[in-house]
Amino acid sequence: MTVSKRVLLQLGCAAIVALAPLPSVAQEWEPRRPIDFTIMAGPGGGADQIARFIQSVAEEYDMTNRPLVPSNRGGGSGAEALIHVANASDPDHTILVTLNSFFTTPLRQSELGIDIQTFTPVAMMGVDPFVLWVHTESGITTFDQFVEQVQSMGGEFVMGGTGAGQEDSIVIAFMSAAYDLDINYIPYDGGGAVARDLAGQQIMATVNNPAEAKGFYEAGDFVPLLAFSDERLPAYPDVPTIRELGHDFSYYNQRAVVGAPGMSDEAAAYYQDLFGRIYESEEWQAYLESESLAPLWMDADEQRAYWATQVENHRELLEALGE
Amino acid sequence: MEILSLLGDGMLLAVQPQNLLLIVIGVTVGLFIGAMPGLGSVNGVAILLPITFLVPPSGAIIFLAAIYYGAMYGGAISSVTLGIPGASTAVATTFDGRPLARQGRASLALVTAALASFVGGTVANVFFTAFAPLLADVALSFGPPEIFALMLLAFATFVGLGGDDIPKTIFSICFGLVLGAIGFDQISGAPRLVLFDITGFLQGIGFLVLAIGVYGIGEMLWTIEQSRGDVESTNPKMTMRGMAADTAEATRRGWKGTAIGSVLGFFVGILPAAGATPASLMSYGVAKMVSRVPHEFGRGNPDGVAAPEAANNSASTGSMLPMLTLGIPGSPTTAILLGGMVIWGLVPGPLLFVQETEFVWGLIGSFYISNVAAVLINLAFIPVFIWMLRMPFTILAPMIFVLSIAGGFAATRDMFDIWLIVIFGLGAFVLRRFDYPLAPAVLAIVLGPIAEPTLRQSLLLSSGDPSIFFTRPVAAPITIIALILLFLPAVKLLRRGRGKSGAEPS
Repeated sequence: MTVSKRVLLQLGCAAIVALAPLPSVAQEWEPRRPIDFTIMAGPGGGADQIARFIQSVAEEYDMTNRPLVPSNRGGGSGAEALIHVANASDPDHTILVTLNSFFTTPLRQSELGIDIQTFTPVAMMGVDPFVLWVHTESGITTFDQFVEQVQSMGGEFVMGGTGAGQEDSIVIAFMSAAYDLDINYIPYDGGGAVARDLAGQQIMATVNNPAEAKGFYEAGDFVPLLAFSDERLPAYPDVPTIRELGHDFSYYNQRAVVGAPGMSDEAAAYYQDLFGRIYESEEWQAYLESESLAPLWMDADEQRAYWATQVENHRELLEALGE
Repeated sequence: MEILSLLGDGMLLAVQPQNLLLIVIGVTVGLFIGAMPGLGSVNGVAILLPITFLVPPSGAIIFLAAIYYGAMYGGAISSVTLGIPGASTAVATTFDGRPLARQGRASLALVTAALASFVGGTVANVFFTAFAPLLADVALSFGPPEIFALMLLAFATFVGLGGDDIPKTIFSICFGLVLGAIGFDQISGAPRLVLFDITGFLQGIGFLVLAIGVYGIGEMLWTIEQSRGDVESTNPKMTMRGMAADTAEATRRGWKGTAIGSVLGFFVGILPAAGATPASLMSYGVAKMVSRVPHEFGRGNPDGVAAPEAANNSASTGSMLPMLTLGIPGSPTTAILLGGMVIWGLVPGPLLFVQETEFVWGLIGSFYISNVAAVLINLAFIPVFIWMLRMPFTILAPMIFVLSIAGGFAATRDMFDIWLIVIFGLGAFVLRRFDYPLAPAVLAIVLGPIAEPTLRQSLLLSSGDPSIFFTRPVAAPITIIALILLFLPAVKLLRRGRGKSGAEPS
C-alpha cells in the first residue's frame, strides 16, 4: 500500500477546509467601534457599581475587541437613557444597563413614546432584593417596634428614597398600605445619597438594596428589619421576610443588559455570548453572593416574556399607588 | 503619635520604586488630561480604571489619585493660556488667569496656579491626616437644610460684593438658574423646560457646555473684536530668573487667595454633593469679598487665580475623606474610584479606614508625594505652555475654536451640545458688550441643581415650614450670614441715599 503525495495533499486540504471556517463562524460579527454602554442611573449608585464591575470583568479578560464606554444618563428616572438608546444612530453598538425603571418610567411617562418590547434582550445578570433599614441609634430592632414607632409619630416619621414611582417607593407604598403607616417620604437622586443621609440620621429609615447599605451594616450603624425577598437572604439569616408576616409580596430590582431597538441578530448574538461569559465568570458569581443578589439567568425569549409580566405587575402596583 | 507612624509607613509605601513611577506617570497623564478642554479628572480616571488590574490595589489607587491630582493642576493651564476652562474645576481660574495672560503675565498666572495648588493640596493633606475620623462626622451632620444654607452663602458671596452692577449680577444668576433647571426634575421626575420639544434638552444643560461656550467661543470672539486680529499680547520668553521673580510676586500677591482656597476648599470638598467645582467658585467669591481691591478681580488679580486653584486641589483631597471613612463619594471622580475599590475586592464603608490600614495610609502618603511631584512637573512644563501663547492670534483663534468644539463633544459625545456651545458663545459675546457679568451665571448653573433639590427636601422634612433653616444648629448661622451678605448692598445703597439727601439741605 502506497500513500501517494497526492493523497496526503488531499487529506491536508480536507483538513484545512474542515477547520478553517470554524473561527470565522464563531466570530461572524464583531464590534467595529467602541460600544456605548449607557447606564440608566447616576454615578455611584447600585446600577452604576454593577455596570462598572461588568466593564472591569470584560477588560480584565480582554473579552471585547472594542472597549465598553460607560456613560451615566440617570435623568428623569432613566427616561433620558431610554430616549438616548431608543434613538441610537448605531443600534449595533449601543447597549443599556437597566433597573426596574425600564418598566416603570415608560408606564409613568407615556408621552415619551417608549415601547420596551422593541428593545433587544441581551442578558439578565441577576435580581437585587430590598431590605428595610433603620439607624442603630434609633433603638429599633424589630419590625413590630418600627410599626409602633411610625404610628406613634403621626406622619412625622421621615424615610428617604430615590423618588416617586421608583423601586423603593413601590415597596414603601405597599408596606404603608399593609400596616397603615403614615410616612413623610423625601426623594433623593440615588441610593448612595439615601444611605448617606440615613448614616447621618437626617432621615429615619430607608428601603435599600443590601449592596448600598452593607458597609454601614458591617460597621454596626444600620439595622436590617425586614426583607422583601421570597426567602430569607443568606447574608441576613435573622431578618424575616414580609412573606413570613403573611403578605403575598416580594420585590426585586432587575440587573439586566438590553440592546437598542433595531439591533441586528448577529450583534445581539455577540452580546448575548459576551454577557453570558461575564455572567459565568468567577468574579460575577462572587459579586452575586457578596452583594446578596439572586441569580436569574434567562435566554432572550424568556427575557421578553419576563418583560411582559413585569410591565403588567408594575402597571397594577402603580395603579394601586395612584400614580 | 500613632498617626505619624502610620503616615510614615504610608509614605514609604508610596515612594517604593513601582509606586513612585506610577505617581510620576499618573501626574503627567493627569496634567495633560486636565489641560485638554472637555476632559477632566472624571474622564481620566474612568478611562484608565481598567489599566489598574495590572498592579496591586494600593498601587492602583495611588495611580488613579495621582491622575486626579495632576488633572487639578492641569485644568489651570488651558484656562490661563487659551481662556477655555480645561475642566469644570478650573472655570473660576479663567476669571483672572485669562486677563493676566492677555496682559503678558501668563507666566505669573501659571506659577501662581501651581504654587496655590501645591499649598492647597498640602494643607488639605495635613487636615486629612490629623482629623479624618472627626471630619467624617462633620460631613454626615450636613443634611439637606445645611447644604442649602451653604449654597445660599455661595450665591450671597457673588451678589453681595461691590464692583459689579448688582441688577446685572442678579440677572446673570437668574439666567444661570433657569438654564440649570432644564431637564428632568429630580423630586417629581417630570421633564421641565424642554424647549421646542427638542429631546436634547431632556438631559439638561451641562455646566461644561455653558463654560466652554462662554469662555472658549465668547472670549475668542471678544478678543478678535478688541484686537482686530493682531498679536494680542507679548508674553515674554520664560527664563529661570523670570520664574523666580514670578514666584516672589505670586507669593506676595496670591497668599491671601491661597489661604482662603486651601481652608474653604477642604471643608466644601468633604461635604456630600459638593466637590471641587463649587469649592473653587465659592473660594473665588470669598477671596473677592475680603480683598481690599475687589474691583481688580476679573481684571487679572493673582488672588483670583490662587483662590480657586488652591481650593480645587484642597477639595479633591477633601472629597476623598467621605469616600475612605464612610464609603460615600464626595464627587463624581471619587464615585468612580469607589467603584474601583469594589473591583479590587475592598469593601468601602466605615470599616475600611480601620481594617485596611495599609491601603488607606498608603493612599494618604501618596497624596503628599503626588503633590510634590505634580508641582515640580507642572513648573517644568510652564515654559512650553508660554511658548504656545507666543503664536499669533490668527493661529491661536482657530485652535481655540477647534479645542472648544472637540472638548464639548468629548465630554458628552452629543452633537446637540456643540450647537449649544456655539449659541452660548454668541450670546455671551453680546451680553459682554452690554457689560453683563457672566461668572454669576456659571456659578448658578453649578450650584442651582444642588440648591433646588436640597431646598425642596428641607421643606418636605419640615412639612413646609421655612424656620427649619433657622432652628438647626449648623444651618442657622450659615443661613443668617448668607442673608446678611445678600442684603448688605441694599443697606449700603440706602445709607448712601440717606447721606446724600441729608447733605443737600444743609
